[in-house]
Amino acid sequence: MTTLIWIVAALVVIGVYLSWTAGRLDRLHTRIDAARAALDAQLLRRASVAQELATAGVLDPAASIVLYQAAHAARQVEEEQREVAESELSQALRAVFAEEPQVEAVRAAPGGEESLGELTAAVRRVPMARRFHNDAVRAARAVRTHRKVRWFRLAGHAPFPMAFEMDDEPPVALGDDAPGRSA
Amino acid sequence: MRIGIVCPYSWDVPGGVQFHIRDLAEHLIRLGHEVSVLAPADDETPLPPFVVSAGRAVPVPYNGSVARLNFGFLSAARVRRWLHDGDFDVIHIHEPTSPSLGLLTCWAAQGPIVATFHTSNPRSRAMIAAYPILQPALEKISARIAVSEYARRTLVEHLGGDAVVIPNGVDVDFFARAEPKEEWRGRPDAPTIGFIGRIDEPRKGLPVLMRALPGILEQCPGTRLLVAGRGDEEDAVAALPREMRANVEFLGMVSDEDKARLLRSVDVYVAPNTGGESFGIILVEALSAGAPVLASDLDAFAQVLDQGSAGELFTNEDAAALAAAAVRLLGDPEHRAGLSERGSNHVRRFDWSRVGSDILAVYETVAAGAASVAADERTGLFSRFGLARD
Repeated sequence: MTTLIWIVAALVVIGVYLSWTAGRLDRLHTRIDAARAALDAQLLRRASVAQELATAGVLDPAASIVLYQAAHAARQVEEEQREVAESELSQALRAVFAEEPQVEAVRAAPGGEESLGELTAAVRRVPMARRFHNDAVRAARAVRTHRKVRWFRLAGHAPFPMAFEMDDEPPVALGDDAPGRSA
Repeated sequence: MRIGIVCPYSWDVPGGVQFHIRDLAEHLIRLGHEVSVLAPADDETPLPPFVVSAGRAVPVPYNGSVARLNFGFLSAARVRRWLHDGDFDVIHIHEPTSPSLGLLTCWAAQGPIVATFHTSNPRSRAMIAAYPILQPALEKISARIAVSEYARRTLVEHLGGDAVVIPNGVDVDFFARAEPKEEWRGRPDAPTIGFIGRIDEPRKGLPVLMRALPGILEQCPGTRLLVAGRGDEEDAVAALPREMRANVEFLGMVSDEDKARLLRSVDVYVAPNTGGESFGIILVEALSAGAPVLASDLDAFAQVLDQGSAGELFTNEDAAALAAAAVRLLGDPEHRAGLSERGSNHVRRFDWSRVGSDILAVYETVAAGAASVAADERTGLFSRFGLARD
Protein backbone atom coordinates (compact mmCIF):
# COMPACT_ATOMS: atom_id res chain seq x y z
CA MET A 1 0.00 0.00 0.00
CA THR A 2 2.76 2.45 0.98
CA THR A 3 4.54 1.69 -2.27
CA LEU A 4 1.41 2.60 -4.17
CA ILE A 5 1.14 5.91 -2.32
CA TRP A 6 4.75 6.67 -3.12
CA ILE A 7 4.25 5.87 -6.76
CA VAL A 8 1.19 8.11 -6.95
CA ALA A 9 3.04 10.90 -5.13
CA ALA A 10 5.98 10.60 -7.51
CA LEU A 11 3.66 10.69 -10.51
CA VAL A 12 1.94 13.81 -9.18
CA VAL A 13 5.27 15.56 -8.63
CA ILE A 14 6.44 14.60 -12.13
CA GLY A 15 3.14 15.78 -13.57
CA VAL A 16 3.33 19.12 -11.82
CA TYR A 17 6.91 19.56 -12.97
CA LEU A 18 6.03 18.77 -16.56
CA SER A 19 3.05 21.10 -16.53
CA TRP A 20 5.20 23.83 -15.05
CA THR A 21 7.78 23.31 -17.81
CA ALA A 22 5.05 23.45 -20.41
CA GLY A 23 3.87 26.73 -18.89
CA ARG A 24 7.40 28.05 -18.98
CA LEU A 25 7.74 27.09 -22.61
CA ASP A 26 4.41 28.66 -23.42
CA ARG A 27 5.58 31.90 -21.86
CA LEU A 28 8.78 31.75 -23.90
CA HIS A 29 6.78 31.30 -27.10
CA THR A 30 4.65 34.30 -26.17
CA ARG A 31 7.82 36.27 -25.63
CA ILE A 32 9.12 35.27 -29.06
CA ASP A 33 5.84 36.31 -30.68
CA ALA A 34 5.95 39.70 -28.99
CA ALA A 35 9.61 40.17 -29.91
CA ARG A 36 8.93 39.15 -33.51
CA ALA A 37 6.01 41.59 -33.73
CA ALA A 38 8.25 44.36 -32.40
CA LEU A 39 10.99 43.46 -34.88
CA ASP A 40 8.49 43.44 -37.76
CA ALA A 41 7.21 46.84 -36.69
CA GLN A 42 10.72 48.31 -36.59
CA LEU A 43 11.69 46.80 -39.96
CA LEU A 44 8.53 48.12 -41.59
CA ARG A 45 9.06 51.51 -40.06
CA ARG A 46 12.59 51.62 -41.39
CA ALA A 47 11.51 50.55 -44.87
CA SER A 48 8.71 53.14 -45.03
CA VAL A 49 10.88 56.02 -43.88
CA ALA A 50 13.53 54.97 -46.40
CA GLN A 51 10.93 54.82 -49.17
CA GLU A 52 9.55 58.21 -48.15
CA LEU A 53 13.01 59.74 -48.29
CA ALA A 54 13.68 58.13 -51.66
CA THR A 55 10.53 59.61 -53.19
CA ALA A 56 10.73 63.00 -51.48
CA GLY A 57 13.20 64.38 -54.01
CA VAL A 58 15.75 65.40 -51.38
CA LEU A 59 18.32 62.87 -52.61
CA ASP A 60 20.02 62.83 -55.99
CA PRO A 61 18.26 60.63 -58.59
CA ALA A 62 20.78 57.77 -58.44
CA ALA A 63 20.63 57.54 -54.64
CA SER A 64 16.85 57.82 -54.80
CA ILE A 65 16.54 54.86 -57.15
CA VAL A 66 18.92 52.68 -55.12
CA LEU A 67 17.11 53.46 -51.89
CA TYR A 68 13.63 53.13 -53.38
CA GLN A 69 14.45 49.77 -54.92
CA ALA A 70 15.87 48.38 -51.66
CA ALA A 71 13.04 49.74 -49.50
CA HIS A 72 10.40 48.47 -51.90
CA ALA A 73 11.99 45.01 -52.00
CA ALA A 74 12.19 44.88 -48.21
CA ARG A 75 8.49 45.61 -47.89
CA GLN A 76 7.24 43.29 -50.62
CA VAL A 77 9.52 40.30 -50.29
CA GLU A 78 8.31 36.85 -49.26
CA GLU A 79 9.09 35.64 -45.80
CA GLU A 80 11.91 33.28 -46.89
CA GLN A 81 13.80 36.08 -48.61
CA ARG A 82 13.14 38.65 -45.91
CA GLU A 83 16.53 38.45 -44.18
CA VAL A 84 18.35 39.02 -47.47
CA ALA A 85 16.12 41.91 -48.55
CA GLU A 86 16.41 43.66 -45.19
CA SER A 87 20.19 43.24 -45.23
CA GLU A 88 20.25 44.80 -48.69
CA LEU A 89 18.25 47.74 -47.40
CA SER A 90 20.84 48.16 -44.63
CA GLN A 91 23.57 48.19 -47.27
CA ALA A 92 21.69 50.67 -49.43
CA LEU A 93 21.15 52.98 -46.44
CA ARG A 94 24.83 52.71 -45.57
CA ALA A 95 25.79 53.56 -49.15
CA VAL A 96 23.45 56.55 -49.38
CA PHE A 97 24.17 57.98 -45.94
CA ALA A 98 27.87 57.18 -45.91
CA GLU A 99 28.90 60.77 -45.42
CA GLU A 100 27.97 63.60 -43.14
CA PRO A 101 27.35 66.16 -46.01
CA GLN A 102 24.57 63.96 -47.43
CA VAL A 103 22.89 63.85 -44.02
CA GLU A 104 23.24 67.63 -43.69
CA ALA A 105 21.71 68.13 -47.14
CA VAL A 106 18.67 66.08 -46.17
CA ARG A 107 18.41 67.89 -42.87
CA ALA A 108 18.35 71.23 -44.67
CA ALA A 109 15.45 70.20 -46.94
CA PRO A 110 11.92 71.06 -45.80
CA GLY A 111 10.68 68.32 -43.46
CA GLY A 112 14.10 66.70 -43.69
CA GLU A 113 14.87 67.12 -40.02
CA GLU A 114 11.81 65.10 -39.13
CA SER A 115 12.33 62.28 -41.63
CA LEU A 116 15.96 62.05 -40.63
CA GLY A 117 14.96 61.78 -36.97
CA GLU A 118 12.59 58.95 -37.83
CA LEU A 119 15.19 57.18 -39.95
CA THR A 120 17.82 57.51 -37.23
CA ALA A 121 15.43 56.08 -34.66
CA ALA A 122 14.53 53.24 -37.01
CA VAL A 123 18.08 52.22 -37.91
CA ARG A 124 18.96 52.26 -34.22
CA ARG A 125 15.96 50.25 -33.12
CA VAL A 126 16.17 47.49 -35.69
CA PRO A 127 19.37 46.02 -34.16
CA MET A 128 17.86 46.41 -30.70
CA ALA A 129 14.64 44.60 -31.60
CA ARG A 130 16.57 41.92 -33.44
CA ARG A 131 18.83 41.30 -30.47
CA PHE A 132 15.83 40.95 -28.16
CA HIS A 133 14.14 38.60 -30.62
CA ASN A 134 17.17 36.37 -31.03
CA ASP A 135 17.70 36.33 -27.28
CA ALA A 136 14.15 35.05 -26.81
CA VAL A 137 14.72 32.45 -29.54
CA ARG A 138 17.87 31.23 -27.84
CA ALA A 139 16.12 30.93 -24.47
CA ALA A 140 13.25 28.95 -25.99
CA ARG A 141 15.61 26.68 -27.91
CA ALA A 142 17.58 25.94 -24.75
CA VAL A 143 14.41 24.66 -23.09
CA ARG A 144 13.07 22.89 -26.18
CA THR A 145 16.14 20.80 -26.81
CA HIS A 146 15.87 19.36 -23.31
CA ARG A 147 15.01 15.65 -23.17
CA LYS A 148 11.87 16.02 -21.07
CA VAL A 149 10.44 18.50 -23.56
CA ARG A 150 11.13 16.25 -26.55
CA TRP A 151 9.94 13.01 -24.91
CA PHE A 152 6.71 14.44 -23.61
CA ARG A 153 6.16 16.74 -26.62
CA LEU A 154 5.64 19.69 -24.29
CA ALA A 155 6.15 22.19 -27.09
CA GLY A 156 2.95 21.02 -28.80
CA HIS A 157 2.64 22.18 -32.39
CA ALA A 158 4.64 25.39 -32.01
CA PRO A 159 7.26 25.56 -34.79
CA PHE A 160 10.91 25.35 -33.78
CA PRO A 161 11.95 29.00 -33.26
CA MET A 162 14.37 30.47 -35.77
CA ALA A 163 16.68 33.41 -35.16
CA PHE A 164 16.40 36.38 -37.53
CA GLU A 165 19.81 36.86 -39.10
CA MET A 166 20.56 40.00 -41.05
CA ASP A 167 23.06 42.77 -41.53
CA ASP A 168 21.68 45.60 -39.41
CA GLU A 169 24.72 47.84 -39.12
CA PRO A 170 23.44 51.45 -39.17
CA PRO A 171 25.00 54.02 -41.52
CA VAL A 172 28.01 55.68 -39.91
CA ALA A 173 26.56 59.16 -40.23
CA LEU A 174 23.37 58.09 -38.44
CA GLY A 175 24.84 55.58 -36.01
CA ASP A 176 25.79 55.52 -32.41
CA ASP A 177 28.64 57.99 -32.51
CA ALA A 178 27.31 60.34 -35.15
CA PRO A 179 27.77 63.96 -34.16
CA GLY A 180 24.53 65.65 -33.25
CA ARG A 181 22.54 62.43 -32.97
CA SER A 182 19.32 63.39 -31.30
CA ALA A 183 16.72 60.68 -31.73
CA MET B 1 4.14 55.37 -20.42
CA ARG B 2 3.72 53.80 -16.99
CA ILE B 3 7.13 52.55 -16.00
CA GLY B 4 8.05 50.52 -12.92
CA ILE B 5 11.70 50.42 -11.89
CA VAL B 6 13.07 47.93 -9.37
CA CYS B 7 16.11 48.82 -7.31
CA PRO B 8 17.76 45.83 -5.59
CA TYR B 9 19.82 47.76 -3.06
CA SER B 10 18.85 49.83 -0.05
CA TRP B 11 17.73 53.34 -0.97
CA ASP B 12 19.27 54.70 2.27
CA VAL B 13 22.77 53.63 1.28
CA PRO B 14 24.44 55.66 -1.45
CA GLY B 15 25.65 53.59 -4.37
CA GLY B 16 26.12 53.68 -8.12
CA VAL B 17 23.04 51.63 -8.95
CA GLN B 18 20.82 53.69 -6.64
CA PHE B 19 22.03 56.98 -8.14
CA HIS B 20 21.56 55.65 -11.64
CA ILE B 21 17.96 54.68 -10.86
CA ARG B 22 17.23 58.00 -9.17
CA ASP B 23 18.54 59.98 -12.13
CA LEU B 24 16.79 57.74 -14.64
CA ALA B 25 13.47 58.10 -12.80
CA GLU B 26 13.83 61.86 -12.60
CA HIS B 27 14.76 62.07 -16.27
CA LEU B 28 11.75 59.99 -17.33
CA ILE B 29 9.40 61.99 -15.10
CA ARG B 30 10.66 65.21 -16.69
CA LEU B 31 9.75 63.73 -20.07
CA GLY B 32 6.21 63.21 -18.81
CA HIS B 33 6.19 59.49 -18.02
CA GLU B 34 4.69 57.95 -14.92
CA VAL B 35 7.45 56.30 -12.93
CA SER B 36 7.38 54.27 -9.75
CA VAL B 37 10.53 52.89 -8.16
CA LEU B 38 10.36 49.91 -5.83
CA ALA B 39 13.33 49.90 -3.49
CA PRO B 40 14.31 48.50 -0.12
CA ALA B 41 14.28 51.29 2.47
CA ASP B 42 13.86 51.77 6.18
CA ASP B 43 10.38 52.90 6.99
CA GLU B 44 11.69 56.09 8.61
CA THR B 45 13.82 57.20 5.65
CA PRO B 46 12.29 60.14 3.81
CA LEU B 47 11.72 58.96 0.24
CA PRO B 48 11.16 60.94 -2.95
CA PRO B 49 7.51 60.78 -4.06
CA PHE B 50 8.24 58.28 -6.84
CA VAL B 51 9.83 55.65 -4.56
CA VAL B 52 7.79 52.87 -2.96
CA SER B 53 9.43 51.09 -0.05
CA ALA B 54 9.69 47.32 -0.19
CA GLY B 55 10.64 47.12 3.45
CA ARG B 56 13.93 47.04 5.25
CA ALA B 57 16.87 45.30 3.66
CA VAL B 58 18.65 42.67 5.72
CA PRO B 59 22.44 42.70 5.82
CA VAL B 60 23.74 39.30 4.75
CA PRO B 61 27.18 38.21 3.69
CA TYR B 62 27.02 37.68 -0.05
CA ASN B 63 29.69 37.45 -2.71
CA GLY B 64 32.58 38.45 -0.49
CA SER B 65 31.05 41.47 1.18
CA VAL B 66 28.04 42.29 3.30
CA ALA B 67 25.14 43.12 1.03
CA ARG B 68 21.83 44.52 2.14
CA LEU B 69 19.20 42.46 0.42
CA ASN B 70 15.46 41.94 0.43
CA PHE B 71 13.94 38.52 0.29
CA GLY B 72 11.41 36.37 2.02
CA PHE B 73 7.68 36.19 2.16
CA LEU B 74 6.95 39.80 3.14
CA SER B 75 9.08 41.29 0.38
CA ALA B 76 7.50 38.99 -2.19
CA ALA B 77 4.05 40.14 -1.05
CA ARG B 78 5.08 43.79 -1.37
CA VAL B 79 6.42 43.15 -4.87
CA ARG B 80 3.08 41.63 -5.89
CA ARG B 81 1.11 44.51 -4.45
CA TRP B 82 3.34 47.03 -6.21
CA LEU B 83 2.93 45.20 -9.53
CA HIS B 84 -0.82 45.05 -9.04
CA ASP B 85 -1.22 48.72 -8.04
CA GLY B 86 1.17 50.06 -10.67
CA ASP B 87 -0.41 48.46 -13.76
CA PHE B 88 2.80 49.17 -15.64
CA ASP B 89 3.40 49.14 -19.39
CA VAL B 90 6.93 47.98 -18.76
CA ILE B 91 9.05 47.17 -15.75
CA HIS B 92 12.76 47.77 -15.58
CA ILE B 93 14.69 45.54 -13.18
CA HIS B 94 18.21 46.39 -12.16
CA GLU B 95 20.68 43.65 -11.29
CA PRO B 96 18.24 40.76 -11.73
CA THR B 97 20.76 38.13 -10.66
CA SER B 98 21.34 39.50 -7.18
CA PRO B 99 19.19 37.60 -4.68
CA SER B 100 17.04 40.59 -3.86
CA LEU B 101 14.04 42.51 -5.14
CA GLY B 102 15.09 42.22 -8.77
CA LEU B 103 14.94 38.45 -8.76
CA LEU B 104 11.73 38.46 -6.74
CA THR B 105 10.10 40.74 -9.29
CA CYS B 106 11.30 38.63 -12.18
CA TRP B 107 9.78 35.66 -10.46
CA ALA B 108 6.47 37.35 -9.72
CA ALA B 109 5.82 39.33 -12.89
CA GLN B 110 4.93 38.62 -16.48
CA GLY B 111 4.82 40.93 -19.46
CA PRO B 112 7.44 43.27 -20.91
CA ILE B 113 10.42 43.15 -18.56
CA VAL B 114 13.63 45.07 -19.22
CA ALA B 115 16.69 44.27 -17.12
CA THR B 116 19.96 46.13 -16.70
CA PHE B 117 23.06 44.18 -15.70
CA HIS B 118 25.41 46.50 -13.85
CA THR B 119 28.13 44.29 -12.43
CA SER B 120 30.32 41.91 -14.29
CA ASN B 121 31.34 39.60 -11.48
CA PRO B 122 33.18 36.49 -12.47
CA ARG B 123 30.77 33.60 -12.27
CA SER B 124 30.37 32.69 -8.62
CA ARG B 125 29.77 29.22 -7.28
CA ALA B 126 26.43 30.31 -5.85
CA MET B 127 25.39 31.41 -9.34
CA ILE B 128 26.31 28.06 -10.83
CA ALA B 129 24.38 26.23 -8.13
CA ALA B 130 21.41 28.55 -8.48
CA TYR B 131 21.40 28.45 -12.27
CA PRO B 132 18.46 26.04 -12.66
CA ILE B 133 16.45 28.21 -10.27
CA LEU B 134 17.54 31.48 -11.87
CA GLN B 135 16.99 30.41 -15.46
CA PRO B 136 13.16 30.25 -15.44
CA ALA B 137 13.04 33.69 -13.82
CA LEU B 138 15.66 35.22 -16.10
CA GLU B 139 14.09 33.91 -19.29
CA LYS B 140 11.08 36.15 -18.63
CA ILE B 141 13.22 39.19 -19.34
CA SER B 142 12.32 40.49 -22.78
CA ALA B 143 15.22 42.88 -23.16
CA ARG B 144 18.61 42.93 -21.53
CA ILE B 145 20.77 45.99 -21.18
CA ALA B 146 24.45 45.83 -20.27
CA VAL B 147 26.15 48.99 -19.03
CA SER B 148 29.33 48.40 -20.99
CA GLU B 149 30.71 46.17 -23.71
CA TYR B 150 32.66 44.44 -20.94
CA ALA B 151 29.55 43.79 -18.88
CA ARG B 152 27.84 42.48 -21.99
CA ARG B 153 30.66 40.02 -22.63
CA THR B 154 30.48 38.58 -19.11
CA LEU B 155 26.71 38.40 -19.37
CA VAL B 156 26.89 36.47 -22.63
CA GLU B 157 29.51 34.11 -21.19
CA HIS B 158 27.61 33.40 -17.99
CA LEU B 159 23.99 33.43 -18.97
CA GLY B 160 24.05 33.07 -22.74
CA GLY B 161 21.86 35.20 -24.96
CA ASP B 162 22.61 38.75 -25.85
CA ALA B 163 22.15 42.30 -24.61
CA VAL B 164 22.24 45.82 -25.97
CA VAL B 165 24.86 48.14 -24.55
CA ILE B 166 23.58 51.37 -23.04
CA PRO B 167 26.01 53.14 -20.73
CA ASN B 168 25.04 54.70 -17.42
CA GLY B 169 23.94 58.28 -17.71
CA VAL B 170 25.40 61.42 -16.22
CA ASP B 171 24.05 64.96 -16.16
CA VAL B 172 27.06 66.29 -18.03
CA ASP B 173 26.10 69.95 -17.73
CA PHE B 174 25.71 69.73 -13.96
CA PHE B 175 29.40 68.89 -13.74
CA ALA B 176 30.51 71.09 -16.63
CA ARG B 177 28.90 74.18 -15.08
CA ALA B 178 30.01 73.65 -11.48
CA GLU B 179 31.98 76.50 -9.95
CA PRO B 180 35.59 75.53 -9.09
CA LYS B 181 36.50 76.09 -5.45
CA GLU B 182 39.60 78.19 -4.88
CA GLU B 183 41.01 76.16 -1.99
CA TRP B 184 40.86 72.96 -4.06
CA ARG B 185 42.55 74.48 -7.09
CA GLY B 186 46.16 73.71 -7.69
CA ARG B 187 48.89 76.28 -8.17
CA PRO B 188 51.89 75.63 -10.41
CA ASP B 189 54.04 74.90 -7.35
CA ALA B 190 51.27 73.03 -5.49
CA PRO B 191 49.06 71.10 -7.91
CA THR B 192 46.10 69.10 -6.61
CA ILE B 193 45.15 65.48 -7.22
CA GLY B 194 41.60 64.31 -6.55
CA PHE B 195 40.30 60.94 -5.38
CA ILE B 196 36.65 60.13 -4.70
CA GLY B 197 35.55 56.84 -3.25
CA ARG B 198 35.26 54.74 -0.13
CA ILE B 199 38.53 55.01 1.77
CA ASP B 200 38.25 51.62 3.46
CA GLU B 201 37.33 49.68 0.32
CA PRO B 202 40.61 48.34 -1.13
CA ARG B 203 38.99 47.77 -4.53
CA LYS B 204 38.57 51.53 -4.89
CA GLY B 205 42.36 51.61 -4.92
CA LEU B 206 43.30 54.28 -2.39
CA PRO B 207 46.13 52.05 -1.04
CA VAL B 208 47.70 51.98 -4.52
CA LEU B 209 47.55 55.75 -4.68
CA MET B 210 49.07 55.98 -1.18
CA ARG B 211 51.96 53.77 -2.29
CA ALA B 212 52.47 56.00 -5.31
CA LEU B 213 52.31 59.25 -3.37
CA PRO B 214 55.94 59.31 -2.11
CA GLY B 215 57.11 58.97 -5.72
CA ILE B 216 54.86 61.84 -6.81
CA LEU B 217 55.91 64.08 -3.94
CA GLU B 218 59.57 63.45 -4.72
CA GLN B 219 59.14 65.08 -8.15
CA CYS B 220 56.41 67.61 -7.28
CA PRO B 221 56.90 68.36 -3.58
CA GLY B 222 53.96 70.73 -3.17
CA THR B 223 51.32 68.33 -4.51
CA ARG B 224 48.16 68.03 -2.44
CA LEU B 225 45.96 64.94 -2.53
CA LEU B 226 42.28 65.65 -1.86
CA VAL B 227 40.35 62.57 -0.77
CA ALA B 228 36.56 62.57 -0.61
CA GLY B 229 34.77 59.57 0.78
CA ARG B 230 33.81 57.64 3.88
CA GLY B 231 36.25 55.58 5.91
CA ASP B 232 38.96 55.61 8.55
CA GLU B 233 41.36 58.45 7.73
CA GLU B 234 44.04 57.36 10.20
CA ASP B 235 44.22 53.90 8.65
CA ALA B 236 44.43 55.32 5.17
CA VAL B 237 47.59 57.34 5.83
CA ALA B 238 49.18 54.81 8.19
CA ALA B 239 51.54 53.56 5.48
CA LEU B 240 52.74 57.05 4.56
CA PRO B 241 55.89 58.58 6.07
CA ARG B 242 54.82 61.03 8.79
CA GLU B 243 56.05 64.17 7.02
CA MET B 244 53.96 63.42 3.93
CA ARG B 245 50.68 63.07 5.77
CA ALA B 246 50.14 66.82 5.69
CA ASN B 247 49.88 66.60 1.90
CA VAL B 248 46.75 64.49 2.15
CA GLU B 249 43.50 66.27 2.94
CA PHE B 250 40.38 64.34 3.81
CA LEU B 251 37.10 65.99 2.92
CA GLY B 252 34.84 63.23 4.27
CA MET B 253 31.57 62.55 2.51
CA VAL B 254 30.84 65.37 0.07
CA SER B 255 27.55 66.54 -1.40
CA ASP B 256 26.85 66.21 -5.14
CA GLU B 257 27.57 69.92 -5.57
CA ASP B 258 30.89 69.66 -3.78
CA LYS B 259 31.79 66.57 -5.75
CA ALA B 260 31.23 68.50 -8.99
CA ARG B 261 33.20 71.47 -7.67
CA LEU B 262 36.03 69.21 -6.54
CA LEU B 263 36.22 67.61 -9.99
CA ARG B 264 36.19 71.04 -11.61
CA SER B 265 39.01 72.22 -9.35
CA VAL B 266 41.64 69.48 -9.33
CA ASP B 267 44.54 69.31 -11.78
CA VAL B 268 44.35 65.54 -12.13
CA TYR B 269 41.67 63.09 -11.09
CA VAL B 270 43.04 59.65 -10.22
CA ALA B 271 40.92 56.46 -10.32
CA PRO B 272 43.22 53.67 -9.11
CA ASN B 273 40.43 51.06 -8.76
CA THR B 274 41.83 47.55 -8.76
CA GLY B 275 38.81 45.63 -10.02
CA GLY B 276 35.15 44.87 -9.67
CA GLU B 277 34.17 47.81 -11.87
CA SER B 278 31.92 47.22 -14.81
CA PHE B 279 31.41 50.82 -15.79
CA GLY B 280 33.11 53.63 -13.85
CA ILE B 281 30.55 56.40 -13.54
CA ILE B 282 33.01 58.50 -11.54
CA LEU B 283 35.26 58.70 -14.61
CA VAL B 284 32.36 59.98 -16.68
CA GLU B 285 31.65 62.58 -14.01
CA ALA B 286 35.29 63.63 -13.94
CA LEU B 287 35.35 63.91 -17.74
CA SER B 288 32.14 65.95 -17.63
CA ALA B 289 33.78 68.37 -15.24
CA GLY B 290 36.73 68.63 -17.61
CA ALA B 291 39.19 67.08 -15.18
CA PRO B 292 42.18 65.33 -16.76
CA VAL B 293 41.75 61.69 -15.75
CA LEU B 294 44.37 59.12 -14.83
CA ALA B 295 42.87 55.66 -14.30
CA SER B 296 43.92 52.04 -13.89
CA ASP B 297 43.63 50.07 -17.13
CA LEU B 298 40.59 47.99 -16.19
CA ASP B 299 38.59 46.90 -19.24
CA ALA B 300 35.62 49.02 -18.22
CA PHE B 301 37.76 52.10 -17.59
CA ALA B 302 39.64 51.75 -20.87
CA GLN B 303 36.32 51.72 -22.65
CA VAL B 304 34.97 54.82 -20.90
CA LEU B 305 38.24 56.62 -21.62
CA ASP B 306 38.11 55.63 -25.30
CA GLN B 307 41.17 53.34 -24.97
CA GLY B 308 43.24 56.13 -23.47
CA SER B 309 42.50 59.02 -25.80
CA ALA B 310 40.08 60.75 -23.40
CA GLY B 311 42.19 60.03 -20.31
CA GLU B 312 45.50 58.43 -19.33
CA LEU B 313 45.69 54.79 -18.28
CA PHE B 314 48.28 53.08 -16.08
CA THR B 315 48.91 49.40 -15.36
CA ASN B 316 46.46 48.22 -12.73
CA GLU B 317 47.89 48.03 -9.16
CA ASP B 318 51.28 49.31 -10.31
CA ALA B 319 52.04 52.18 -7.93
CA ALA B 320 55.26 53.08 -9.74
CA ALA B 321 53.46 53.38 -13.07
CA LEU B 322 50.79 55.51 -11.41
CA ALA B 323 53.42 57.80 -9.90
CA ALA B 324 55.27 58.17 -13.20
CA ALA B 325 52.09 58.95 -15.13
CA ALA B 326 50.91 61.43 -12.51
CA VAL B 327 54.25 63.24 -12.49
CA ARG B 328 54.21 63.41 -16.28
CA LEU B 329 50.70 64.86 -16.27
CA LEU B 330 51.33 67.36 -13.48
CA GLY B 331 54.37 68.67 -15.31
CA ASP B 332 52.64 69.15 -18.67
CA PRO B 333 49.72 71.64 -18.56
CA GLU B 334 49.28 71.49 -22.35
CA HIS B 335 48.79 67.75 -22.34
CA ARG B 336 46.29 68.15 -19.48
CA ALA B 337 44.34 70.76 -21.43
CA GLY B 338 44.26 68.45 -24.46
CA LEU B 339 42.97 65.56 -22.37
CA SER B 340 40.36 67.77 -20.79
CA GLU B 341 39.09 68.92 -24.17
CA ARG B 342 38.97 65.46 -25.73
CA GLY B 343 37.29 64.18 -22.57
CA SER B 344 34.60 66.86 -22.70
CA ASN B 345 33.74 65.94 -26.29
CA HIS B 346 33.83 62.22 -25.68
CA VAL B 347 31.62 62.40 -22.61
CA ARG B 348 28.57 63.75 -24.47
CA ARG B 349 27.52 60.20 -25.33
CA PHE B 350 26.96 59.54 -21.64
CA ASP B 351 24.61 62.47 -21.16
CA TRP B 352 21.11 61.64 -19.94
CA SER B 353 19.57 63.10 -23.09
CA ARG B 354 21.28 60.35 -25.13
CA VAL B 355 21.14 57.55 -22.57
CA GLY B 356 17.55 58.30 -21.60
CA SER B 357 16.30 58.22 -25.19
CA ASP B 358 18.12 54.92 -25.78
CA ILE B 359 16.50 53.39 -22.69
CA LEU B 360 13.10 54.69 -23.77
CA ALA B 361 13.67 53.15 -27.19
CA VAL B 362 14.18 49.80 -25.45
CA TYR B 363 10.97 50.29 -23.44
CA GLU B 364 9.02 51.11 -26.56
CA THR B 365 10.47 48.18 -28.48
CA VAL B 366 9.43 45.63 -25.86
CA ALA B 367 6.13 47.27 -24.95
CA ALA B 368 5.02 47.35 -28.59
CA GLY B 369 3.09 44.20 -29.39
CA ALA B 370 2.84 43.00 -25.78
CA ALA B 371 0.26 43.25 -23.04
CA SER B 372 1.07 45.29 -19.95
CA VAL B 373 2.86 43.90 -16.93
CA ALA B 374 0.85 41.76 -14.55
CA ALA B 375 1.48 39.56 -11.59
CA ASP B 376 2.33 36.04 -12.71
CA GLU B 377 -0.52 34.15 -11.10
CA ARG B 378 1.01 30.73 -11.56
CA THR B 379 3.90 31.50 -9.25
CA GLY B 380 1.79 31.48 -6.08
CA LEU B 381 0.68 27.92 -6.57
CA PHE B 382 4.08 26.65 -7.53
CA SER B 383 6.05 28.39 -4.85
CA ARG B 384 3.92 26.34 -2.48
CA PHE B 385 4.87 23.20 -4.33
CA GLY B 386 8.43 24.42 -4.24
CA LEU B 387 8.27 24.68 -0.45
CA ALA B 388 6.67 21.27 -0.18
CA ARG B 389 9.48 19.67 -2.18
CA ASP B 390 12.22 21.03 0.12
